[in-house]
Amino acid sequence: MKILVTVKRVSDPEAKLKIKPDGLWIQTEGVKFVVNPFDEIAVEEALRIKEKQTGEVVVVSVGDKVVTEQIRAALAMGADRGIFVNYAGSYDSYDIANILAKIVEQEKPDIIILGKQAVDDDMGQAGFMLAELLGYPQAAFASKVEITDDKKKAKVTREIDGGLEVKEVELPCIITADLRLNTPRYASLPNIMKAKQKPVKELTVESLGVAVKPRVTVKKLSEPPKRKGGVKVESVQDLVSKLKTEAKVI
Amino acid sequence: MDERITQEARHFIDTIKRFVKDECMPAEDAIEQTGRLPDGLIGKMKDLGLFGLRVPAAYGGSGMNLLDYCYVIKELSKTHDALRAVISVNNGIGSMAIVHDGTEEQKKHYLPLLASGDYIAAFALTEPGAGSDASSIATTAVKENNGWILNGMKHFITNAPIADIFTVIALTDKEKRAKGGITAFLVEKSLKGMRIGNIHNTMGGKGWLQAEVIFEDCFVPDKNLIGAIGNGFKIAMKTLNEGRLSAAASAIGIGERLLSMGIEYAKLRKQFGKPIAEFEAIQWMLADSATELYAADRMLADTAYRFDQGEDIRTQSSMTKLFATESAFKIADRMLQLHGGMGFMKETKVERMFRDIRAYRIFEGTSEIQRFMIARELLRG
Repeated sequence: MKILVTVKRVSDPEAKLKIKPDGLWIQTEGVKFVVNPFDEIAVEEALRIKEKQTGEVVVVSVGDKVVTEQIRAALAMGADRGIFVNYAGSYDSYDIANILAKIVEQEKPDIIILGKQAVDDDMGQAGFMLAELLGYPQAAFASKVEITDDKKKAKVTREIDGGLEVKEVELPCIITADLRLNTPRYASLPNIMKAKQKPVKELTVESLGVAVKPRVTVKKLSEPPKRKGGVKVESVQDLVSKLKTEAKVI
Repeated sequence: MDERITQEARHFIDTIKRFVKDECMPAEDAIEQTGRLPDGLIGKMKDLGLFGLRVPAAYGGSGMNLLDYCYVIKELSKTHDALRAVISVNNGIGSMAIVHDGTEEQKKHYLPLLASGDYIAAFALTEPGAGSDASSIATTAVKENNGWILNGMKHFITNAPIADIFTVIALTDKEKRAKGGITAFLVEKSLKGMRIGNIHNTMGGKGWLQAEVIFEDCFVPDKNLIGAIGNGFKIAMKTLNEGRLSAAASAIGIGERLLSMGIEYAKLRKQFGKPIAEFEAIQWMLADSATELYAADRMLADTAYRFDQGEDIRTQSSMTKLFATESAFKIADRMLQLHGGMGFMKETKVERMFRDIRAYRIFEGTSEIQRFMIARELLRG
């Protein structure tokens, strides 16, 4: 079974970010970059499926040279090889879906797992668009993934309001990983060392025949408004009356 | 982070950061109370490759250089000191004699077992009558047939109750002593005539497991000799040389954790209507601590890097160990003071770290011995 997983390079979710003076993106100097946490979960799930079924886990990332660090991070977790699509310009989710569709045509994986969204721009669209472009079935926001014994279908659970929803999709399919799907493993030092030797193929968008033309552009970023201080109430009665008359929530 | 640290080591340090925060910190109180390291945690440390950081790749380890290794140890030191100790003894003083001076047969047999964590190592030099003056050891090894008979007692031996193999430094020629009369032996715990004595009850370092090691007509075969006969003092000194930088790295790690705890508490704790972080007295405690940590960190990176380049860094290694451990102790005291009465309570963990850091001014050569060695170098010739 061949599983293709996407990894995106994002700023460390724990880093304190500042917006660039032009207001179009964040300042990247001195900021640590990591694998998008949802993609890390996707890699872990792919590895678990591989460990049960045997097969191969291939990771793909799009960006300039630095994204190979994130590919190596996935290889250090245990993925077998990487595909690096060298592209330094700006892109949107649809461009990424187009690039991934070409990779899927080349690689013909049985399962494609993506993080449900990247934690930097929070678009959360690439998985759906990719499924549409390929005409593949999709199961988004997975909290559990099981492959049927005949290896022809995936049973995918997702958390919905008030319960769980279970979908059965035929392979090949697209799955996107939600937070509680698993806890990603640690990259051990021996595996970090081994990852250095694993193959990473470099491609360009031109060689894939994709013309990148972002339809979505960032106009302006702004910091969230500062939280205003609350008020202290004297008594419970006071609180109840304020909830009724001012906040109008009860 | 120092730009000379390799990409792979940085990646692994990230792993250790996460491991310390998610798995080790929640276990700290249990380790302190029981003095035992949880099996599950040790298993994970084996999987991570922590036991074989310094063991050469040809013998099943990762063959890290000293600079990378020190920064891994620094990160691991931000949790309970017993977790750092079990790792740094296997990678450092427990295995270095075999790595540097062992026979091919010894390396092939023991190093993979140490690198995987299946074997725990210990280094037995110190004796009741021989501390800083290591050449005054009284444990003897007398030649007999195809081996040696060991007699004597070692004490304060870290890992002794759980160790599988010991590097034992013994006297083979009472006249020559440090000048060719001391020899290193590799001793397995299963050997007849060797036993573990009292387990020491210590001020800090719970879970380190320090004990006496006693030899009573213990026969050690010739093949267990490490290096040449009479070379033991040199081997012991070389082993300690690297150990000093690892001790400095730990002290800096502990200092950094204490400082971040101090900063957090200073912002949170209010007195006289404002956070104590707004008082100058507190600010100076933080500023001095950060300054000392920066200096110690630069000394560590520079010295470890130069060691990896093959330079003789004996004096710098003493300076780094001296400055880092003395600074970390001052920082522990300041941060305890910053926490006020709360710092004296076991629940803040500052109290524990204060007790743990105290040992760093003593082991791997006391501060006084470091100063002695630095001065000796200054006054030479």
